[in-house]
Amino acid sequence: MPILEVKNLVTRFYTIEGVVHALNGVSFDLEEGEILGIVGESGSGKSVAMMSLLNLLPMPPARIERGKALFYENGGQDSVDLLTLTKAERRRVRGGKIGYIFQDALSALNPVMTVGRQIGESLMEHLGLSGEDAKHRAVELLEHVGIPGAEKRYYNYPHQFSGGMRQRVMIAIAIACDPKIVIADEPTTALDVTVQAQIVELIKRLQEELRLAVIWITHDLGVVAGIADRVLVMYAGYPVEISLVDDLYNNPVHPYTKGLLGALPGIGGKRAGRLESIEGAPPDLLAKPKHCQFVWRCPYAFDRCRNEMPELVEIAPKHYTKCFL
Amino acid sequence: MQRYILSRLVQSAGILIGVLLIVFFMLQMTGDPVSLMVSRNASPEQVEALREELGYNRPVMVQFFDFFTDALTGDFGMSLRHRQPSLKLILDRLPATVELAATALMFALVIGVPLGLLGGSNPNSFWDIMARGAGLIGQTIPNFWLALILIVILSVHLGWFPTFGRNTWSLFGLTLPTRSVVLPAFALGLFTTGQIVRFVRSAVLEIKNEDYVRTAYSKGLSDRNIYMRHILRNASIPLISIIGVQFGYLMSGSIYIETIFSWPGLGNLLAEAIGNRDFALVQAIAFFTSLVVVALNLLTDVAYGLADPRIRYGD
Ligand SMILES: Nc1ncnc2c1ncn2[C@@H]1O[C@H](COP(=O)(O)OP(=O)(O)O)[C@@H](O)[C@H]1O
Ligand SMILES: [Mg+2]
Repeated sequence: MPILEVKNLVTRFYTIEGVVHALNGVSFDLEEGEILGIVGESGSGKSVAMMSLLNLLPMPPARIERGKALFYENGGQDSVDLLTLTKAERRRVRGGKIGYIFQDALSALNPVMTVGRQIGESLMEHLGLSGEDAKHRAVELLEHVGIPGAEKRYYNYPHQFSGGMRQRVMIAIAIACDPKIVIADEPTTALDVTVQAQIVELIKRLQEELRLAVIWITHDLGVVAGIADRVLVMYAGYPVEISLVDDLYNNPVHPYTKGLLGALPGIGGKRAGRLESIEGAPPDLLAKPKHCQFVWRCPYAFDRCRNEMPELVEIAPKHYTKCFL
Repeated sequence: MQRYILSRLVQSAGILIGVLLIVFFMLQMTGDPVSLMVSRNASPEQVEALREELGYNRPVMVQFFDFFTDALTGDFGMSLRHRQPSLKLILDRLPATVELAATALMFALVIGVPLGLLGGSNPNSFWDIMARGAGLIGQTIPNFWLALILIVILSVHLGWFPTFGRNTWSLFGLTLPTRSVVLPAFALGLFTTGQIVRFVRSAVLEIKNEDYVRTAYSKGLSDRNIYMRHILRNASIPLISIIGVQFGYLMSGSIYIETIFSWPGLGNLLAEAIGNRDFALVQAIAFFTSLVVVALNLLTDVAYGLADPRIRYGD
């Protein structure tokens, strides 16, 4: 049963240089309790897509032009469109229904507020806890995400933590109010390799415990293969392939996906394979896309690819791709 | 933090020694103070006698050493004109100046912080235009001009405030200000108000785009909480430095305003001392003012360190 259904999301930035076509029709759904991995090169619109859902982009320059993001509650009985919420409803969703883990916890945490209070203010906001109760709960949360000496650490500031511990604080904030969905936007990119695995494990553990649906943005194909149920491949502001994870690795269809997987030394082989970089530059987002945006880099491109934008079609059960091939 | 305070203390002491040097030698460079003090037809013997009496005939270094050690014990010499210790004259006038400067700072904060916050949070709105206007006016309109306008309109025509002078009232032995301070403080605080509006506005504009503010939004906090607890709270740390500098400016920069309003403070005393060529007193006021500024800077640095956990828990 889907908990989130995103349809044809279009977001643009109106800048001095021109209109940046950051999202050009993003559609996907998220099942209750699953992990959806999102991969794609830098600038392909992964973060913009997630922030559009919660209206976290600076407006201006950003504008959400089109689209729906249906969020289902009560076992699919009620649904609301996240993009048309009132201010008050949106606040209830942010942090309350959807938690957000940002990439760089050092800049994403307020440097002059204790981590305890940064967790506590969410609890007071959504669960209406008193200051005292919020403190107890915040300490529990710090323990729960594996921070030793939580009672004391409650009073510490972000700069007093190591990178990994800081990211744990960020995770505690994201899960504090028992959300249904957690968005993890490259949660390990800023960390040492040795710490990365611990954070991955922590999020995976919490996802199982709390039955969270997780949208996991990453560059690490090894991680995606290891923990994701399904994968969405982004390119130039739209999904080019969505598929069950095994299916994607065994049977990639879109040439871009093939390229990404190209140099991956076999799943379960060498761990932590990074996305293979593909020859050629990403397309210019200042131009409105009228046809497939991969043509310039695609070895299989033919005339039709240069004139039309393919639809996202289901070529096998639960396997969608946006390609004429 | 202790090391931080200690290093600021050492710096302050160094600056004060430098100030003493400058103050002393400036006086030396202006020529012979004694010849300025005696009447035109005094005989050379009389001049020499006065020089002897005041100690100006000794070698410069000896004079400086005396000046220096006296200054350390709080003795800034006698006012040549009043025949009283300079320090006493200064301390007599100090409360009036502190009252004026503190009220001016209060006006500046009460007007400047909310206006800067409103402007920075809604760029190009009505409030932002007000904020930018206030910033510009504060920087461009001379405070003595504003003072005169205020006197003409609010005192002479409307009669709401006295035109000059300082009145106080007493409660439980405390001397408290009356509305006589309003106009001079407002005029004096004009520049500072502009500075604070501009600073708060640009700090808010900048901090709004910080990642941690986006995190605060992602937690579902209200705009009010985000602006108060995250944006304004973080802007207030650098604001401490601005306040420190501005208070020093207000304490030392009130010559025009105090003269226009006949406010019996340090600025007035300084204007008088300069008019009288009372060099010892000028010297003492100059040093005292520097002392106040240095002390304020020190306090500011300490307050800054206490407010910013990255410094408080540094090292
Ligand atoms: N504030 C902004 N102003 C203009 N363009 C932006 C802004 N934020 C993001 N973009 C553009 O949107 C595109 C997608 O960015 P993003 O979603 O951050 O990529 P990623 O997939 O690496 O997360 C990029 O080309 C970026 O230049
Ligand atoms: Mg990103």
